[in-house]
Amino acid sequence: MTPKRKQRLLLVLLLIAGIGLAVTLAILALQENMNLFYSTTQVSNGEAPENRLFRLGGMVVDGSVNRTEGDITVRFELTDTAQHVPVMFSGILPDLFREGQGIVAQGMLNEDGVFVASEVLAKHDENYMPPEITESIERAKNTNTAQ
Amino acid sequence: MMEFFEMGGYAVYVWSAFGLTTLVLVANVIFARHLLKRTKLQITGQIRREKRIGTTNK
Amino acid sequence: MTIKQTFHKLGSPRSFDRLASILIPWFLSISVLLFATGLYGGLVYAPADYQQGDSFRIIYVHVPAAWMSMFCYVLLAASGAVTLIWRMKLADVVARAIAPLGASFTFIALFTGSIWGKPMWGTYWVWDARLTSELILLFLYFGFMALQAAIDDRKNAAKAGALLALVGVINLPIIHFSVEWWNTLHQGATVTKFDSPSIATSMLIPLLIMFAAFKTYFFAIMLIRARAELLWSERKAKWVCEHPEVRQ
Repeated sequence: MTPKRKQRLLLVLLLIAGIGLAVTLAILALQENMNLFYSTTQVSNGEAPENRLFRLGGMVVDGSVNRTEGDITVRFELTDTAQHVPVMFSGILPDLFREGQGIVAQGMLNEDGVFVASEVLAKHDENYMPPEITESIERAKNTNTAQ
Repeated sequence: MMEFFEMGGYAVYVWSAFGLTTLVLVANVIFARHLLKRTKLQITGQIRREKRIGTTNK
Repeated sequence: MTIKQTFHKLGSPRSFDRLASILIPWFLSISVLLFATGLYGGLVYAPADYQQGDSFRIIYVHVPAAWMSMFCYVLLAASGAVTLIWRMKLADVVARAIAPLGASFTFIALFTGSIWGKPMWGTYWVWDARLTSELILLFLYFGFMALQAAIDDRKNAAKAGALLALVGVINLPIIHFSVEWWNTLHQGATVTKFDSPSIATSMLIPLLIMFAAFKTYFFAIMLIRARAELLWSERKAKWVCEHPEVRQ
């Protein structure tokens, strides 16, 4: 490589390194805002903003979904396996909403510490399987526990 | 057959996603071919013009 | 012939043009075959997902397009580096051919993702780190194309575009790792996980075929565009004036 090309290569590398450093610093400074939602533990610890809309993410606790007769209001609890937060929502739930499903809800905490959601989004996992396989896994699990 | 087109109730979503992708991919082919064809024609025209100037100068 | 000589011969505009015109019909026909099998595999052969039902089939256009959007950017940035360091004309030509294709793959990824998001997540769009960084990728492509169109001098346009492409490289790891570094609505990686991919084989095979289809398609269209760009930038050269497809 000629000295001139070497110099250009060096300049290009320096440029990328510089920009990379700047972006890394900016992202680190904005770390909190880069997250889409607060976890239930953060909310329980009072880290979530007060009197302002924010997003809460977690898994729907098994057996916690409570639908009121003749009302579209649904009550359920979200968890990150450490802390539970009760949620209230009246509206249309996404197709994937079910117990054990990851959920991201937008709303505000009321005085009783209940998260009143205005929007509920479902987070799906990265696993793709035909239904027959999951059924057979379930069956295998059940026979194992039965033994 | 109807079952295939219904996509388990997600027909609107599945077919619009596949339809849009097809549209964009086909458009890319047409635009690229058109660009090559037009470029060739432009160069041919340019050569012809230069030849004409060349003969009138003689 | 040494490696260096081969490289130089390939780098000569004339042999590039000749090689490209041989390769284009091959790439095109292979990609048509792959698209046909991939679409059959994705829409008919693959079973419906245990959670998402048939809506998961959008994966067969969404994921290959998203991969290609990043692959194109890697190529764009690499040509940018070659342009800046070696001042190779071909690199500039290839970069100009890649940009609109990269932009269209990014657009497909964003649009089909949005269509997929509505029934599954419950929304067309959220400003999470994955979706936002992919949108920035689209703007990087647009920025590159705008620069090429705005600067009349080809050499300056090439340099400016190359700089933009290289600066934007920082966005690629952000797109890829966004789902791990921050909490997002978008789920994590499926196929590129270090442990075995968490997708059934009958669903994975059509996905890989679709990916090969997108890739061969990309090379076919990129080479057509690159030929046009190259012929135009070399229009004063003898080999172009004597080109059988130009001479009437």
